[in-house]
Amino acid sequence: MNWFTKTFSSTIGRKIIMSVTGLFLCSFLVVHLVGNLTLFYQDGGEAFNIYSHFMANNPVIRTMEIVLVLGFLFHIYDAIVLTRRNKAARPVGYAENHPQENSTWSSRNMGLLGTIILVFLLVHLWNFFVPARFGELEGVPNAEYTNLYAEVVKAFKNPIYVGLYVISMIALAYHLIHGFQSAFQSLGLTHKKYTPFIKTFGVAFSVLISLGFALIPLYFFFFVNL
Amino acid sequence: MDLTLKIWRQKDKNSAGQLVTYPLMNISPDMSFLEMLDVLNEELLVKGEDPVAFDHDCREGICGMCSLFINGRAHGPERGTTTCQLHMRHFNHGDTITIEPWRAAAFPVHKDLIVDRSAFDRIQQAGGYVSVNTGGVPDANEIAIPKTIADKAFDAATCIGCGACVAACKNASAMLFVSAKVSQLAMLPQGKVERKTRVENMVAQMDVEGFGACSNTGACAAECPVGISLDNIAMMNMEYLGAKASSENI
Repeated sequence: MNWFTKTFSSTIGRKIIMSVTGLFLCSFLVVHLVGNLTLFYQDGGEAFNIYSHFMANNPVIRTMEIVLVLGFLFHIYDAIVLTRRNKAARPVGYAENHPQENSTWSSRNMGLLGTIILVFLLVHLWNFFVPARFGELEGVPNAEYTNLYAEVVKAFKNPIYVGLYVISMIALAYHLIHGFQSAFQSLGLTHKKYTPFIKTFGVAFSVLISLGFALIPLYFFFFVNL
Repeated sequence: MDLTLKIWRQKDKNSAGQLVTYPLMNISPDMSFLEMLDVLNEELLVKGEDPVAFDHDCREGICGMCSLFINGRAHGPERGTTTCQLHMRHFNHGDTITIEPWRAAAFPVHKDLIVDRSAFDRIQQAGGYVSVNTGGVPDANEIAIPKTIADKAFDAATCIGCGACVAACKNASAMLFVSAKVSQLAMLPQGKVERKTRVENMVAQMDVEGFGACSNTGACAAECPVGISLDNIAMMNMEYLGAKASSENI
Protein backbone atom coordinates (compact mmCIF):
# COMPACT_ATOMS: atom_id res chain seq x y z
CA MET A 1 0.00 0.00 0.00
CA ASN A 2 1.23 3.49 -0.67
CA TRP A 3 1.09 6.22 1.98
CA PHE A 4 -2.25 7.53 0.73
CA THR A 5 -4.19 4.26 0.96
CA LYS A 6 -2.42 3.47 4.25
CA THR A 7 -3.57 6.78 5.69
CA PHE A 8 -7.18 6.37 4.71
CA SER A 9 -7.42 2.74 5.74
CA SER A 10 -6.20 3.49 9.26
CA THR A 11 -8.84 3.92 11.95
CA ILE A 12 -8.29 7.69 12.05
CA GLY A 13 -8.19 7.94 8.26
CA ARG A 14 -11.52 6.16 7.96
CA LYS A 15 -13.03 8.45 10.57
CA ILE A 16 -11.81 11.42 8.55
CA ILE A 17 -13.59 10.01 5.50
CA MET A 18 -16.72 9.50 7.61
CA SER A 19 -16.55 13.15 8.75
CA VAL A 20 -15.93 14.70 5.35
CA THR A 21 -18.59 12.61 3.59
CA GLY A 22 -20.99 13.14 6.50
CA LEU A 23 -20.68 16.92 6.34
CA PHE A 24 -21.01 16.78 2.55
CA LEU A 25 -24.22 14.78 2.92
CA CYS A 26 -25.44 17.43 5.39
CA SER A 27 -25.00 20.07 2.68
CA PHE A 28 -27.01 17.83 0.33
CA LEU A 29 -29.84 17.71 2.89
CA VAL A 30 -30.03 21.51 2.90
CA VAL A 31 -30.31 21.69 -0.90
CA HIS A 32 -32.84 18.84 -0.99
CA LEU A 33 -35.01 20.38 1.73
CA VAL A 34 -35.01 23.84 0.13
CA GLY A 35 -36.16 22.25 -3.14
CA ASN A 36 -38.85 20.20 -1.38
CA LEU A 37 -40.27 23.30 0.25
CA THR A 38 -41.73 24.19 -3.18
CA LEU A 39 -44.30 21.48 -2.35
CA PHE A 40 -45.90 23.96 0.04
CA TYR A 41 -46.81 26.29 -2.87
CA GLN A 42 -50.54 26.11 -3.50
CA ASP A 43 -50.12 25.90 -7.27
CA GLY A 44 -51.07 22.34 -8.08
CA GLY A 45 -47.41 21.31 -8.11
CA GLU A 46 -46.15 23.65 -10.82
CA ALA A 47 -43.22 25.03 -8.80
CA PHE A 48 -42.24 21.55 -7.64
CA ASN A 49 -42.42 20.06 -11.15
CA ILE A 50 -40.28 22.88 -12.55
CA TYR A 51 -37.77 22.30 -9.76
CA SER A 52 -37.65 18.53 -10.28
CA HIS A 53 -37.34 19.01 -14.04
CA PHE A 54 -34.36 21.30 -13.44
CA MET A 55 -32.75 18.79 -11.05
CA ALA A 56 -33.15 15.95 -13.54
CA ASN A 57 -31.74 17.85 -16.53
CA ASN A 58 -29.22 20.43 -15.41
CA PRO A 59 -25.68 19.20 -16.28
CA VAL A 60 -24.12 20.64 -13.10
CA ILE A 61 -26.70 18.87 -10.96
CA ARG A 62 -26.18 15.66 -12.92
CA THR A 63 -22.45 15.83 -12.26
CA MET A 64 -22.97 16.53 -8.57
CA GLU A 65 -25.29 13.54 -8.50
CA ILE A 66 -22.28 11.30 -9.16
CA VAL A 67 -20.31 12.99 -6.37
CA LEU A 68 -23.32 12.54 -4.09
CA VAL A 69 -23.56 8.83 -4.85
CA LEU A 70 -19.84 8.49 -4.12
CA GLY A 71 -20.34 10.40 -0.86
CA PHE A 72 -23.04 7.96 0.21
CA LEU A 73 -21.01 4.91 -0.86
CA PHE A 74 -17.85 5.97 0.98
CA HIS A 75 -19.85 6.90 4.10
CA ILE A 76 -21.65 3.54 4.13
CA TYR A 77 -18.62 1.46 3.19
CA ASP A 78 -16.40 2.97 5.88
CA ALA A 79 -19.21 2.66 8.43
CA ILE A 80 -19.38 -1.08 7.72
CA VAL A 81 -15.59 -1.54 7.85
CA LEU A 82 -15.32 0.43 11.11
CA THR A 83 -18.27 -1.32 12.74
CA ARG A 84 -16.81 -4.73 11.96
CA ARG A 85 -13.46 -3.63 13.36
CA ASN A 86 -15.08 -2.16 16.47
CA LYS A 87 -17.05 -5.33 17.15
CA ALA A 88 -13.90 -7.41 16.76
CA ALA A 89 -12.11 -5.17 19.27
CA ARG A 90 -14.36 -6.53 22.04
CA PRO A 91 -15.12 -10.19 21.34
CA VAL A 92 -16.24 -10.85 24.94
CA GLY A 93 -18.68 -8.32 26.37
CA TYR A 94 -19.47 -7.36 29.95
CA ALA A 95 -22.00 -9.23 32.07
CA GLU A 96 -23.05 -5.88 33.50
CA ASN A 97 -22.57 -2.59 31.67
CA HIS A 98 -24.12 0.85 32.14
CA PRO A 99 -23.02 2.93 29.15
CA GLN A 100 -25.91 5.36 29.69
CA GLU A 101 -23.86 6.72 32.61
CA ASN A 102 -21.10 7.95 30.33
CA SER A 103 -22.47 8.53 26.82
CA THR A 104 -25.61 9.42 24.88
CA TRP A 105 -27.83 6.80 23.25
CA SER A 106 -27.46 8.29 19.77
CA SER A 107 -23.66 8.32 19.97
CA ARG A 108 -23.68 4.57 20.69
CA ASN A 109 -26.25 3.69 18.01
CA MET A 110 -25.06 5.52 14.91
CA GLY A 111 -24.96 2.24 12.98
CA LEU A 112 -28.57 1.40 13.83
CA LEU A 113 -29.73 4.95 13.00
CA GLY A 114 -27.74 4.89 9.78
CA THR A 115 -29.28 1.56 8.79
CA ILE A 116 -32.80 2.97 9.25
CA ILE A 117 -31.83 5.94 7.09
CA LEU A 118 -30.37 3.61 4.45
CA VAL A 119 -33.55 1.52 4.28
CA PHE A 120 -35.56 4.72 3.94
CA LEU A 121 -33.18 6.00 1.28
CA LEU A 122 -33.67 2.89 -0.86
CA VAL A 123 -37.47 3.04 -0.57
CA HIS A 124 -37.36 6.77 -1.24
CA LEU A 125 -35.22 6.37 -4.37
CA TRP A 126 -37.50 3.64 -5.64
CA ASN A 127 -40.59 5.82 -5.09
CA PHE A 128 -39.41 9.11 -6.55
CA PHE A 129 -35.93 9.06 -8.04
CA VAL A 130 -36.32 6.00 -10.26
CA PRO A 131 -39.60 7.08 -11.94
CA ALA A 132 -38.47 10.71 -12.23
CA ARG A 133 -35.10 9.83 -13.69
CA PHE A 134 -36.00 6.90 -15.89
CA GLY A 135 -39.11 8.52 -17.34
CA GLU A 136 -42.15 6.55 -16.38
CA LEU A 137 -44.10 9.63 -15.40
CA GLU A 138 -47.06 11.25 -17.05
CA GLY A 139 -46.47 14.56 -18.76
CA VAL A 140 -48.12 17.79 -17.77
CA PRO A 141 -50.38 19.29 -20.49
CA ASN A 142 -48.79 22.24 -22.31
CA ALA A 143 -45.52 21.95 -20.34
CA GLU A 144 -42.16 20.37 -21.08
CA TYR A 145 -41.85 18.78 -17.62
CA THR A 146 -43.38 15.60 -16.18
CA ASN A 147 -45.71 15.37 -13.23
CA LEU A 148 -43.59 14.18 -10.28
CA TYR A 149 -45.95 16.12 -8.03
CA ALA A 150 -48.68 13.54 -8.72
CA GLU A 151 -46.32 10.79 -7.49
CA VAL A 152 -45.65 12.78 -4.32
CA VAL A 153 -49.34 13.21 -3.59
CA LYS A 154 -49.97 9.52 -4.23
CA ALA A 155 -47.11 8.39 -1.95
CA PHE A 156 -48.01 10.78 0.85
CA LYS A 157 -51.58 9.49 0.98
CA ASN A 158 -50.19 6.08 1.91
CA PRO A 159 -50.12 5.86 5.75
CA ILE A 160 -47.40 3.17 5.76
CA TYR A 161 -45.10 5.34 3.65
CA VAL A 162 -45.84 8.44 5.72
CA GLY A 163 -45.12 6.45 8.90
CA LEU A 164 -41.83 5.13 7.51
CA TYR A 165 -40.93 8.65 6.39
CA VAL A 166 -41.56 10.22 9.79
CA ILE A 167 -39.76 7.46 11.73
CA SER A 168 -36.80 7.77 9.36
CA MET A 169 -36.67 11.53 9.89
CA ILE A 170 -36.57 10.99 13.66
CA ALA A 171 -33.67 8.58 13.09
CA LEU A 172 -32.03 11.20 10.87
CA ALA A 173 -32.38 13.82 13.62
CA TYR A 174 -30.63 11.62 16.17
CA HIS A 175 -28.00 10.55 13.62
CA LEU A 176 -27.19 14.20 12.92
CA ILE A 177 -27.35 15.34 16.55
CA HIS A 178 -24.35 13.13 17.24
CA GLY A 179 -22.86 13.12 13.77
CA PHE A 180 -22.67 16.84 13.05
CA GLN A 181 -20.53 17.88 16.01
CA SER A 182 -18.72 14.53 15.96
CA ALA A 183 -17.48 15.24 12.42
CA PHE A 184 -15.71 18.38 13.59
CA GLN A 185 -14.17 16.47 16.50
CA SER A 186 -12.88 13.75 14.15
CA LEU A 187 -11.38 16.36 11.86
CA GLY A 188 -9.60 17.91 14.83
CA LEU A 189 -11.55 21.14 14.46
CA THR A 190 -12.17 21.90 18.11
CA HIS A 191 -11.47 25.08 19.97
CA LYS A 192 -13.04 26.69 22.99
CA LYS A 193 -13.87 29.71 20.82
CA TYR A 194 -16.11 27.93 18.34
CA THR A 195 -16.82 24.37 19.55
CA PRO A 196 -19.76 25.47 21.77
CA PHE A 197 -21.28 27.17 18.71
CA ILE A 198 -20.76 24.05 16.53
CA LYS A 199 -22.49 21.91 19.15
CA THR A 200 -25.50 24.24 19.50
CA PHE A 201 -25.73 24.82 15.76
CA GLY A 202 -25.49 21.05 15.14
CA VAL A 203 -28.47 20.29 17.36
CA ALA A 204 -30.56 23.11 15.81
CA PHE A 205 -29.54 22.03 12.31
CA SER A 206 -30.44 18.38 12.98
CA VAL A 207 -33.83 19.16 14.43
CA LEU A 208 -34.81 21.78 11.85
CA ILE A 209 -33.74 19.74 8.81
CA SER A 210 -35.47 16.59 10.01
CA LEU A 211 -38.57 18.51 11.06
CA GLY A 212 -38.67 20.27 7.70
CA PHE A 213 -38.58 16.96 5.82
CA ALA A 214 -41.10 15.28 8.13
CA LEU A 215 -43.64 18.11 7.87
CA ILE A 216 -44.07 17.61 4.11
CA PRO A 217 -45.63 14.09 4.17
CA LEU A 218 -47.66 15.00 7.25
CA TYR A 219 -48.97 18.12 5.50
CA PHE A 220 -49.98 16.12 2.43
CA PHE A 221 -51.48 13.29 4.45
CA PHE A 222 -53.65 15.48 6.64
CA PHE A 223 -54.29 18.69 4.74
CA VAL A 224 -54.07 18.20 0.97
CA ASN A 225 -57.26 16.90 -0.60
CA LEU A 226 -57.53 16.09 -4.25
CA MET B 1 -21.82 -4.03 55.82
CA ASP B 2 -22.58 -7.34 54.17
CA LEU B 3 -22.15 -7.77 50.44
CA THR B 4 -22.62 -10.29 47.67
CA LEU B 5 -19.77 -10.29 45.17
CA LYS B 6 -20.00 -11.67 41.66
CA ILE B 7 -16.43 -11.96 40.44
CA TRP B 8 -15.03 -13.12 37.10
CA ARG B 9 -12.86 -16.17 37.74
CA GLN B 10 -10.61 -17.48 34.98
CA LYS B 11 -7.76 -19.90 35.60
CA ASP B 12 -5.47 -18.66 32.83
CA LYS B 13 -5.33 -17.16 29.36
CA ASN B 14 -6.56 -20.28 27.62
CA SER B 15 -9.32 -21.33 30.02
CA ALA B 16 -12.93 -20.28 29.87
CA GLY B 17 -14.02 -18.11 32.77
CA GLN B 18 -17.25 -17.47 34.64
CA LEU B 19 -18.80 -15.22 37.26
CA VAL B 20 -18.59 -16.77 40.74
CA THR B 21 -20.68 -15.51 43.66
CA TYR B 22 -19.08 -14.87 47.06
CA PRO B 23 -20.89 -13.61 50.16
CA LEU B 24 -18.74 -11.23 52.23
CA MET B 25 -19.65 -10.09 55.77
CA ASN B 26 -18.61 -7.25 58.07
CA ILE B 27 -16.98 -4.92 55.56
CA SER B 28 -16.13 -1.48 56.95
CA PRO B 29 -17.35 1.50 54.90
CA ASP B 30 -13.91 3.06 55.50
CA MET B 31 -12.15 0.33 53.53
CA SER B 32 -11.02 0.93 49.99
CA PHE B 33 -12.42 -1.36 47.30
CA LEU B 34 -9.10 -3.21 47.05
CA GLU B 35 -8.93 -3.68 50.84
CA MET B 36 -12.38 -5.24 50.61
CA LEU B 37 -10.97 -7.68 48.01
CA ASP B 38 -7.97 -8.31 50.32
CA VAL B 39 -10.42 -9.38 53.04
CA LEU B 40 -12.15 -11.72 50.60
CA ASN B 41 -8.81 -13.21 49.56
CA GLU B 42 -7.79 -13.84 53.18
CA GLU B 43 -11.04 -15.74 53.70
CA LEU B 44 -10.45 -17.72 50.52
CA LEU B 45 -6.88 -18.58 51.59
CA VAL B 46 -8.11 -19.80 54.99
CA LYS B 47 -10.62 -21.99 53.20
CA GLY B 48 -7.84 -23.31 50.98
CA GLU B 49 -9.29 -21.75 47.81
CA ASP B 50 -7.41 -19.88 45.12
CA PRO B 51 -7.48 -16.12 45.91
CA VAL B 52 -8.87 -13.68 43.34
CA ALA B 53 -6.06 -12.25 41.20
CA PHE B 54 -6.28 -8.50 40.58
CA ASP B 55 -3.79 -5.81 39.57
CA HIS B 56 -2.71 -3.14 42.04
CA ASP B 57 0.44 -1.33 43.05
CA CYS B 58 0.64 2.13 44.63
CA ARG B 59 -2.95 2.24 45.91
CA GLU B 60 -2.67 6.04 45.78
CA GLY B 61 -4.36 6.55 42.41
CA ILE B 62 -1.18 7.50 40.56
CA CYS B 63 0.39 4.34 39.16
CA GLY B 64 -2.39 3.14 36.83
CA MET B 65 -2.05 -0.51 37.85
CA CYS B 66 -5.51 -1.09 39.31
CA SER B 67 -8.41 -1.64 36.97
CA LEU B 68 -11.71 -3.53 37.46
CA PHE B 69 -15.08 -3.04 35.79
CA ILE B 70 -17.35 -2.60 38.81
CA ASN B 71 -21.14 -2.75 38.45
CA GLY B 72 -20.91 -1.90 34.77
CA ARG B 73 -18.50 1.03 35.14
CA ALA B 74 -14.73 1.29 34.69
CA HIS B 75 -13.16 1.93 38.14
CA GLY B 76 -16.63 1.82 39.67
CA PRO B 77 -19.42 4.36 40.06
CA GLU B 78 -17.46 7.44 41.21
CA ARG B 79 -16.16 9.95 38.64
CA GLY B 80 -12.47 10.81 38.55
CA THR B 81 -11.52 7.92 40.80
CA THR B 82 -9.31 4.88 40.40
CA THR B 83 -10.48 1.61 41.93
CA CYS B 84 -7.87 1.89 44.70
CA GLN B 85 -9.29 5.29 45.69
CA LEU B 86 -12.87 4.03 45.61
CA HIS B 87 -14.20 3.48 49.12
CA MET B 88 -16.84 1.09 50.34
CA ARG B 89 -18.91 3.98 51.74
CA HIS B 90 -20.16 4.46 48.18
CA PHE B 91 -21.90 1.08 48.43
CA ASN B 92 -24.76 -0.03 50.65
CA HIS B 93 -25.33 -2.91 53.03
CA GLY B 94 -26.81 -5.82 51.08
CA ASP B 95 -25.51 -4.67 47.68
CA THR B 96 -24.55 -7.13 44.98
CA ILE B 97 -21.35 -5.99 43.27
CA THR B 98 -20.30 -7.38 39.90
CA ILE B 99 -16.56 -7.25 39.26
CA GLU B 100 -15.18 -7.98 35.79
CA PRO B 101 -11.85 -7.51 34.05
CA TRP B 102 -11.35 -4.91 31.27
CA ARG B 103 -12.80 -6.39 28.09
CA ALA B 104 -10.87 -5.87 24.87
CA ALA B 105 -9.28 -8.10 22.26
CA ALA B 106 -6.06 -6.13 22.78
CA PHE B 107 -6.21 -6.74 26.58
CA PRO B 108 -6.38 -10.55 26.92
CA VAL B 109 -7.30 -11.84 30.38
CA HIS B 110 -4.28 -13.38 32.15
CA LYS B 111 -6.07 -14.66 35.23
CA ASP B 112 -9.29 -13.64 36.98
CA LEU B 113 -9.35 -9.84 36.92
CA ILE B 114 -5.85 -9.29 35.54
CA VAL B 115 -5.54 -8.33 31.90
CA ASP B 116 -2.40 -7.99 29.80
CA ARG B 117 -2.02 -4.28 29.02
CA SER B 118 1.36 -4.56 27.30
CA ALA B 119 -0.33 -3.34 24.09
CA PHE B 120 -0.07 0.11 25.71
CA ASP B 121 3.67 -0.41 26.27
CA ARG B 122 4.18 -1.31 22.61
CA ILE B 123 2.30 1.81 21.52
CA GLN B 124 4.52 3.92 23.80
CA GLN B 125 7.64 2.25 22.45
CA ALA B 126 6.51 3.04 18.92
CA GLY B 127 6.89 6.78 19.53
CA GLY B 128 5.91 7.99 22.98
CA TYR B 129 9.33 9.38 23.86
CA VAL B 130 11.59 12.39 23.26
CA SER B 131 15.27 12.52 22.38
CA VAL B 132 17.44 13.99 25.13
CA ASN B 133 21.14 14.84 24.86
CA THR B 134 23.47 13.41 27.44
CA GLY B 135 25.86 15.80 29.16
CA GLY B 136 25.43 18.56 31.70
CA VAL B 137 22.11 19.21 33.36
CA PRO B 138 20.32 22.07 31.54
CA ASP B 139 19.12 25.04 33.56
CA ALA B 140 15.53 24.95 34.66
CA ASN B 141 13.20 26.96 32.42
CA GLU B 142 15.93 27.31 29.81
CA ILE B 143 13.36 26.52 27.09
CA ALA B 144 10.56 29.06 27.16
CA ILE B 145 7.11 27.40 27.13
CA PRO B 146 3.95 29.50 27.38
CA LYS B 147 2.01 28.81 30.56
CA THR B 148 -1.17 27.83 28.67
CA ILE B 149 0.76 25.25 26.63
CA ALA B 150 2.58 23.93 29.68
CA ASP B 151 -0.76 23.49 31.45
CA LYS B 152 -2.37 21.66 28.52
CA ALA B 153 0.67 19.40 28.09
CA PHE B 154 0.62 18.68 31.82
CA ASP B 155 -3.08 17.81 31.72
CA ALA B 156 -2.36 15.29 28.95
CA ALA B 157 0.67 13.99 30.86
CA THR B 158 -1.48 13.07 33.86
CA CYS B 159 -2.68 9.98 31.94
CA ILE B 160 -1.70 6.99 34.09
CA GLY B 161 -2.25 4.42 31.32
CA CYS B 162 -4.75 2.35 33.30
CA GLY B 163 -6.85 1.45 30.26
CA ALA B 164 -10.22 2.61 31.64
CA CYS B 165 -10.78 4.45 28.35
CA VAL B 166 -10.49 1.18 26.43
CA ALA B 167 -12.67 -0.63 28.98
CA ALA B 168 -15.43 1.98 28.85
CA CYS B 169 -15.44 2.54 25.08
CA LYS B 170 -18.06 0.55 23.19
CA ASN B 171 -15.40 0.00 20.50
CA ALA B 172 -12.58 -0.84 22.94
CA SER B 173 -10.73 2.06 21.35
CA ALA B 174 -7.43 3.32 22.75
CA MET B 175 -7.78 6.76 21.20
CA LEU B 176 -7.89 8.67 24.51
CA PHE B 177 -4.72 7.00 25.80
CA VAL B 178 -2.79 7.38 22.55
CA SER B 179 -3.97 10.95 22.03
CA ALA B 180 -2.92 11.97 25.53
CA LYS B 181 0.61 10.71 24.82
CA VAL B 182 0.74 12.19 21.32
CA SER B 183 -0.57 15.64 22.20
CA GLN B 184 1.45 15.96 25.40
CA LEU B 185 4.66 15.62 23.42
CA ALA B 186 3.44 17.43 20.30
CA MET B 187 2.73 20.58 22.31
CA LEU B 188 6.16 20.84 23.93
CA PRO B 189 9.34 22.07 22.20
CA GLN B 190 11.20 18.95 23.42
CA GLY B 191 8.77 16.80 21.46
CA LYS B 192 9.16 18.57 18.11
CA VAL B 193 12.08 16.41 16.91
CA GLU B 194 10.03 13.22 16.49
CA ARG B 195 6.69 14.98 16.12
CA LYS B 196 5.57 13.60 12.74
CA THR B 197 6.95 10.07 12.97
CA ARG B 198 5.66 9.80 16.56
CA VAL B 199 2.00 10.18 15.65
CA GLU B 200 2.36 8.05 12.52
CA ASN B 201 4.02 5.18 14.38
CA MET B 202 1.88 5.30 17.50
CA VAL B 203 -1.38 5.28 15.51
CA ALA B 204 -0.07 2.47 13.30
CA GLN B 205 0.83 0.43 16.40
CA MET B 206 -2.58 1.19 17.94
CA ASP B 207 -4.23 -0.26 14.84
CA VAL B 208 -1.94 -3.31 14.81
CA GLU B 209 -2.88 -4.09 18.43
CA GLY B 210 -6.54 -4.42 17.40
CA PHE B 211 -8.14 -1.53 19.28
CA GLY B 212 -11.36 -0.13 17.80
CA ALA B 213 -11.93 3.25 16.19
CA CYS B 214 -13.31 6.35 17.89
CA SER B 215 -17.08 6.97 17.73
CA ASN B 216 -16.81 10.18 19.79
CA THR B 217 -19.24 8.85 22.39
CA GLY B 218 -17.13 10.49 25.10
CA ALA B 219 -17.40 7.44 27.37
CA CYS B 220 -13.59 7.32 27.72
CA ALA B 221 -13.25 10.87 29.04
CA ALA B 222 -16.28 10.42 31.30
CA GLU B 223 -14.76 7.33 32.91
CA CYS B 224 -11.11 8.47 32.90
CA PRO B 225 -9.92 8.60 36.51
CA VAL B 226 -7.67 11.61 35.82
CA GLY B 227 -10.02 13.50 33.50
CA ILE B 228 -8.11 13.38 30.19
CA SER B 229 -10.04 15.57 27.74
CA LEU B 230 -11.49 14.61 24.35
CA ASP B 231 -9.64 17.66 22.98
CA ASN B 232 -6.57 15.43 22.89
CA ILE B 233 -8.28 13.12 20.39
CA ALA B 234 -9.12 16.07 18.14
CA MET B 235 -5.52 17.25 18.41
CA MET B 236 -4.15 13.80 17.56
CA ASN B 237 -6.39 13.50 14.50
CA MET B 238 -5.13 16.86 13.27
CA GLU B 239 -1.52 15.83 14.05
CA TYR B 240 -2.02 12.56 12.21
CA LEU B 241 -3.45 14.14 9.08
CA GLY B 242 -0.76 16.84 9.06
CA ALA B 243 2.00 14.26 9.54
CA LYS B 244 0.63 11.98 6.83
CA ALA B 245 0.43 14.90 4.40
CA SER B 246 3.92 16.26 5.08
CA SER B 247 6.25 13.67 6.65
CA GLU B 248 9.17 12.12 4.77
CA ASN B 249 7.81 8.61 5.31
CA ILE B 250 6.33 7.29 2.09
